[in-house]
Amino acid sequence: MSLLEIDNLSLTIGDTPILKDMELSVAPSEVMGLVGESGSGKSMTALTVMRLLPHAARATGRISFDGIDILAATEDQMCALRGDDIGMVFQEPMTALNPVKTIGEQVAEGIRWHTKASRAEAEDRARKMLDRVGLPSAKFPLSRYPHELSGGQRQRVVIAIACALKPKLLIADEPTTALDVVLQAQILDLLRDLVAESRMGLLLISHDLAVVTEMADRITILRRGEVMEAGDTARTLSEQSHPYTRQLAQASMHVPARARPHGAGSGQALLQVESVTRDYPGRRTSLLWRAPDIRAVDDVSLSIAPGRSIALVGRSGCGKSTLARMILALDRPTSGTIRFRGETITGKSEAELKPARRDMQVVFQDPYGSFDPRQRVEKLVAEPLHLLEKKPTRAERREMVAHALHEVGLDQRDMDKYPHEFSGGQRQRLSIARAIITRPKLVVADEPVSALDVSIRAQILDLFAELNQKLGIAYLFITHDLTVARAITDEVLVMHDGMIVERGKTNEVFDHPRSEAAQALVTAAPDLHRAIARRMQEQG
Amino acid sequence: MTTYLLKRLAIALATLVLASMVVFAVLEVLPGDPARLMLGMNASADQVELLRNQMGLNAPLVLRYLRWVGGLFSLDFGRSYTYSVPVIDLVRERLAVSLPLALIALALSTIIAIPVGLFSASRRGRAGDTVAMGAAQLGVAVPNFWFALMLIYVFAVWLRLVPAGGFPGWGAGVWPALKSLLLPAVALALPQAAILARVTRSALIEVLNEDYIRTARAKGLPYRAVLWRHALRNAMIPVLTILGLQFAFLLAGTIIIENVFYLPGLGRLVFQAITQRDLIVVESVVMLLVAAVIAVNLIVDLSYAVVDPRLRSRQ
Repeated sequence: MSLLEIDNLSLTIGDTPILKDMELSVAPSEVMGLVGESGSGKSMTALTVMRLLPHAARATGRISFDGIDILAATEDQMCALRGDDIGMVFQEPMTALNPVKTIGEQVAEGIRWHTKASRAEAEDRARKMLDRVGLPSAKFPLSRYPHELSGGQRQRVVIAIACALKPKLLIADEPTTALDVVLQAQILDLLRDLVAESRMGLLLISHDLAVVTEMADRITILRRGEVMEAGDTARTLSEQSHPYTRQLAQASMHVPARARPHGAGSGQALLQVESVTRDYPGRRTSLLWRAPDIRAVDDVSLSIAPGRSIALVGRSGCGKSTLARMILALDRPTSGTIRFRGETITGKSEAELKPARRDMQVVFQDPYGSFDPRQRVEKLVAEPLHLLEKKPTRAERREMVAHALHEVGLDQRDMDKYPHEFSGGQRQRLSIARAIITRPKLVVADEPVSALDVSIRAQILDLFAELNQKLGIAYLFITHDLTVARAITDEVLVMHDGMIVERGKTNEVFDHPRSEAAQALVTAAPDLHRAIARRMQEQG
Repeated sequence: MTTYLLKRLAIALATLVLASMVVFAVLEVLPGDPARLMLGMNASADQVELLRNQMGLNAPLVLRYLRWVGGLFSLDFGRSYTYSVPVIDLVRERLAVSLPLALIALALSTIIAIPVGLFSASRRGRAGDTVAMGAAQLGVAVPNFWFALMLIYVFAVWLRLVPAGGFPGWGAGVWPALKSLLLPAVALALPQAAILARVTRSALIEVLNEDYIRTARAKGLPYRAVLWRHALRNAMIPVLTILGLQFAFLLAGTIIIENVFYLPGLGRLVFQAITQRDLIVVESVVMLLVAAVIAVNLIVDLSYAVVDPRLRSRQ
């Protein structure tokens, strides 16, 4: 007997079809994985079950939950279900909690609302729930505010809210996508335990095939609102009988073809970082006193040879981005020196830095936020050209932009479009075009593919590999995704608490990690091969 | 929290000192000799010089500034050139009208605006929202004296519920005094409420798109409860900012309404003082208003911290 049964569900928002004849079921104490790329309708499925859709949405078909016809239920009936029998966890823990209410209030609120318990009783239950999700009272009293917690801790609070009344069904929409791999593994463990404890059904929504494989008993693969394939996780993914399933699986394990990089190990280093340290002033505790300085980067040395591709991996908050900012001369080290092409760049003025900036570009994580929406592509991509010695004429500029667009696989006619006319993957191509237009020697890429779908991610990784081969650009890839690091880099630096704790050839380090930090990363990182193998083994 | 408070307090004090210098300096450079004005055109140069000495107008600039500031602290604002009474008495008398008027208008504006904003935001794009925001648009566009005239026509001339103008003074009893402030307060409040309702609506709409609103809905709270418990407090910061600005305006910018209703308020006092070159009154009232605005801003800043815990823990 299914707990949740979705039959023939179709959904339109305005005139846009979102879901078409969707089928899905979740049994008690079962984990159902719902996988698909962005825009496939995963989140909308969840919101339909919760009946939290936007006003213009129209759903037809049938959703029955525990004998209740969800689509026909009144708003009052839905309010009684939400938070009591159906709990939901969202993707973005940083914004999922009300910033002006304490975590105690927020967990207790649902309990009080549904059970009519007194404030003291509700707070008592909230306390027990927070203990259960790993936020003990000594460090996390009910009076804490969300901004005093980290992303992983906030996600635990959201889970506590969702599970406070022991729901029969928990819907988790990308619950770990915004977290680093170690936190991801912890949150997934927590969800797994909660399912086992209370015979709760879990609908786990993710774009990450490896995560779903590790967690789900059964899997439903969604594409453009239609179910492509559904069934037992191990069988579905080992047989990969549906072409789209195969495509997804291959894309998530994609490794771009790369010949050996040219000039590796020979000649002068392109970038040399020598004992760089960065301290931030501690938090002010009163008018006159501050806490001691926080050391974000601690005595880091590294060097990158021309044309090499280096990964900088580590958990969130380990100092990766601070280090990258100093390399890009956007931040000054407290001590230590950084040399680029043999010249010291630390402590130089903006004017003196111009030649260095020309040879050093950056690609950011978010392809949506990194462009001014009111400027045309031509202007956006041409931006770094002001670093050139000689200002190009308008015709030359157009020529250079067209060339850069061509190199990243876009059409030169795209020059006159605006950023919103491009998809996420195309925008990331634009960021790369902007980065390579000055023919840099080094590109620093900060999580350049983590916001992209797996098939797009594979294409962008191919592009990075191709540009490395063709133009001899060296990369510094900052990432917490070991699959990406493995796919595209020759060497890896593992960072932890501001220090580099391990370095070496990427494959060697990931196959035989020696430091504790590297081991933690490797164990926690989801791996599709490993996950399928484990599933097969469990089922014999 | 203490750091935040002390910092705000220090900024407020510094602003006050700076403002006092500006006020003093501006009136120094303006043409017109107060002594000459008091004595009239026929007075001889010797007489004027004598009076200037008596009034301390010949002392060095810094000394006069310090004397003036010292006077402010002991509530000695000097004597009005035209009325020959202590400025403090004039101000006190006028403040007894202007302050209650501003407070009533502000309260009315808040009481109207917040529910309208909530109503509109929760029905965004639907008929109720369109009607409410259309009315608000009208309220912003129509000048307050026109409201005033309409109110007088309906409630004073036609229904004869309240007086059409004038102020009997608090000595005549609380109710008659309040009654005569009622129409001007409504006339002042309507345009302010229209602005405030629009700000409340847009702040709420922004907040309603936040992820934590969805979290609250997923908890099983009905929409109305989410609106009141989660959205409103988060939308308060822009609303408080506007409220602070409005209070400052209501205290000093009410001259048109005061004229329409023949109210002896601060606005008219300043206006008269300016036309009669009664600079000491202008100086004092302006300084008083500056102090009031700074005080209100300080209160607004502190209320931000009450509303948002993130401001409390930051430095």
